[in-house]
Amino acid sequence: MAATNSSLDRLGLKEEDAVRLLREAKAFKGESLWSDAWRRLRRNRVAWWSLLFLVGFGLMSFLAPIFPLRSPSQPNPPGQLQAPIMQWGDSEFLEAVPEGQPVTDKAIEDTYWPGFRGIFGADQALVRVRLAIFGRWQTGHWMGTDELGRDVMSRILWGSRTSIIVALVAALVSLLIGVVYGSFSGLMGGRIDNLMMRIVDILYSIPFIFVVIFLITLIGDYKQELESIGIDRMTVFYLVIGAVYWLTMARVVRGQVLSLKNKEFIEAARVMGASIPRILFAHIVPNVLSIVIIYLTLTIPAVMLFEAFLSFLGLGIEPPKVSWGTLASDGTAAINPLRIFWWLVVFPSIAMASTLLALNLLGDGLRDALDPKMRGKD
Amino acid sequence: MLQFLLRRLMWFAITLLVVTSVSFFLMRAVKGGPFDGERKLDPAIEANINARYHLDWNKYKQFAQYMGPFNLDERGLFGTREQVFGGVLTGDFGPSFRYRDFTVNDIIGQSLPISALLGTVAMMWALALGISAGVASALRRGSGLDVSMRLAATGGIALPNFVIAGFLIILFVFLIPLFPVAGWGTIQHMMLPGFCLGLVFAAYIARLTRTGMLETLSQDHIRTAHAKGLAPRHVVLRHALKGGLLPVVSYLGPATAGILTGSLVIERIFNIPGMGSHFVNSATNRDYTLAMGVTILYTVLVYALNTIVDLAYTLLDPRIKLEEQ
Repeated sequence: MAATNSSLDRLGLKEEDAVRLLREAKAFKGESLWSDAWRRLRRNRVAWWSLLFLVGFGLMSFLAPIFPLRSPSQPNPPGQLQAPIMQWGDSEFLEAVPEGQPVTDKAIEDTYWPGFRGIFGADQALVRVRLAIFGRWQTGHWMGTDELGRDVMSRILWGSRTSIIVALVAALVSLLIGVVYGSFSGLMGGRIDNLMMRIVDILYSIPFIFVVIFLITLIGDYKQELESIGIDRMTVFYLVIGAVYWLTMARVVRGQVLSLKNKEFIEAARVMGASIPRILFAHIVPNVLSIVIIYLTLTIPAVMLFEAFLSFLGLGIEPPKVSWGTLASDGTAAINPLRIFWWLVVFPSIAMASTLLALNLLGDGLRDALDPKMRGKD
Repeated sequence: MLQFLLRRLMWFAITLLVVTSVSFFLMRAVKGGPFDGERKLDPAIEANINARYHLDWNKYKQFAQYMGPFNLDERGLFGTREQVFGGVLTGDFGPSFRYRDFTVNDIIGQSLPISALLGTVAMMWALALGISAGVASALRRGSGLDVSMRLAATGGIALPNFVIAGFLIILFVFLIPLFPVAGWGTIQHMMLPGFCLGLVFAAYIARLTRTGMLETLSQDHIRTAHAKGLAPRHVVLRHALKGGLLPVVSYLGPATAGILTGSLVIERIFNIPGMGSHFVNSATNRDYTLAMGVTILYTVLVYALNTIVDLAYTLLDPRIKLEEQ
């Protein structure tokens, strides 16, 4: 206490004044970077609606089995390539299971999504919820059927699951590699930094799409071996895409770390005796984080696009699994001069386009919100 | 300048070596051979074929033979008269493993001009649309035109080109029959695929042009030009455009690479016999030499174009020094 008093004396303050000042300072609520950014994001109407749309769509896709949809993968030969009709639907859901008998998990799997492997463990439970809500009612073919008679609407929603998961996981893989590589390079500096960035430069100048196509076809030869150790094409897919998209992330993170390392506020923190972990997590990480988040929201649509691209070429998701890429591919394959199966192109495209557009708009909005200096600059 | 070029050349050599050796050894490492089929070949015939394509050598010798520029087979180090040198370094990618009687060079020689033409059409679309849209929206900043242009640009970036292609085919081939559905040969065949391929890049170019123009238009020399009493059109075309297009120039390298990859899909949709469709086929057919030839060629193209773009950039903007990069 004595020390405090003497320093108060030196400042020419009375003790009660000092206490009042401190209380005022405490009552003054500072605004963190994040709450500030959140406020700015909410004020950006386009980005906010994009966010709401994406959250809603993500929930719908996660809860896909709850909705009274028809089977996404059970072929229905008589009803091939039907145009969309506004028909209320029927009550033939799970018709293989007689009325009154208990619905087993296996029956659900065999009649509702044959050929799929449940991505989420809770899917059967969700179907039971659906049975409780809607009974055996299922919708009509509101968006038409494809060439095997499968319902397009159902396929779009189930396909969104694949596309979203691929995008998220691959983006996270790229995030992990990029952040670790970039921050290590930035922190080390000097010769190591130079070498690491040269490697990135070399990788940049390789036309990656060719390498990826190459890799995926090569992996096709080892299908059985990989499946025996529990790795299927999807897993390989995540890893390969993630391994391609880390380059820009690494560059961005490295640049940010490099410029932060010698900033005054880091020096100030060091002078005040902050420990290295504190400097890292309280000062460097939050500043890198914003740019990482911005870049992540722009990577996700890019990865989605890439998945669609590969599936379109027949190198991505394999039937009977379905993704937006395979849907778009089926749609363009069905274009012919005699009859236009427009619903096979239009509805998957709308789903994909609106999601990708929302992701891009959200990314732009986040950039404006987290980095106000960049506002208005594209 | 010379030093820059030399350094670029060195990195180029390293890149090329990495690409060729990695893809070569990866391909040789997989168990499936190019001649595996439904029907098992007679072992003697298989041995013959393998000997013909030197698949019976060890990997390193095969790699050396592939890279050239010398022959390792029985014809002697420097070859006979009809086949003097071989190998990638002399521009010889060897025989195709799938198309009998064709070398990879033949196939590339047939398909590269088609892809190059398609790419050029796409690039022209991209530049024409992108620059005019960007300049227009920079000049009318904040207007409805600007907002709709920016939204269209975001849409163009967000949409996959095969989706756009699907819509445009339905619209302009079937509903309003302006263009033929697929194939190659006439100008009508090129317009629609070129447009679909170039659209994404037009969107990026429009964004870059808008930003660059906004920045240039607010500079002193533009104000001076206006103050001198020059016609607004003259100020924009002569003075502002030069500075405003700089970001676009540096984007041309990546854009070209993107057009090359985008053509994989577009060529498939429109049935164009270009390099892209050959590459996809070769990868799935295990046509080693063709797939590698295309990969190497694209690496060279992308690298060379990037270097040219960097050089052009310094010529346009003398403030930038090559050594800083």
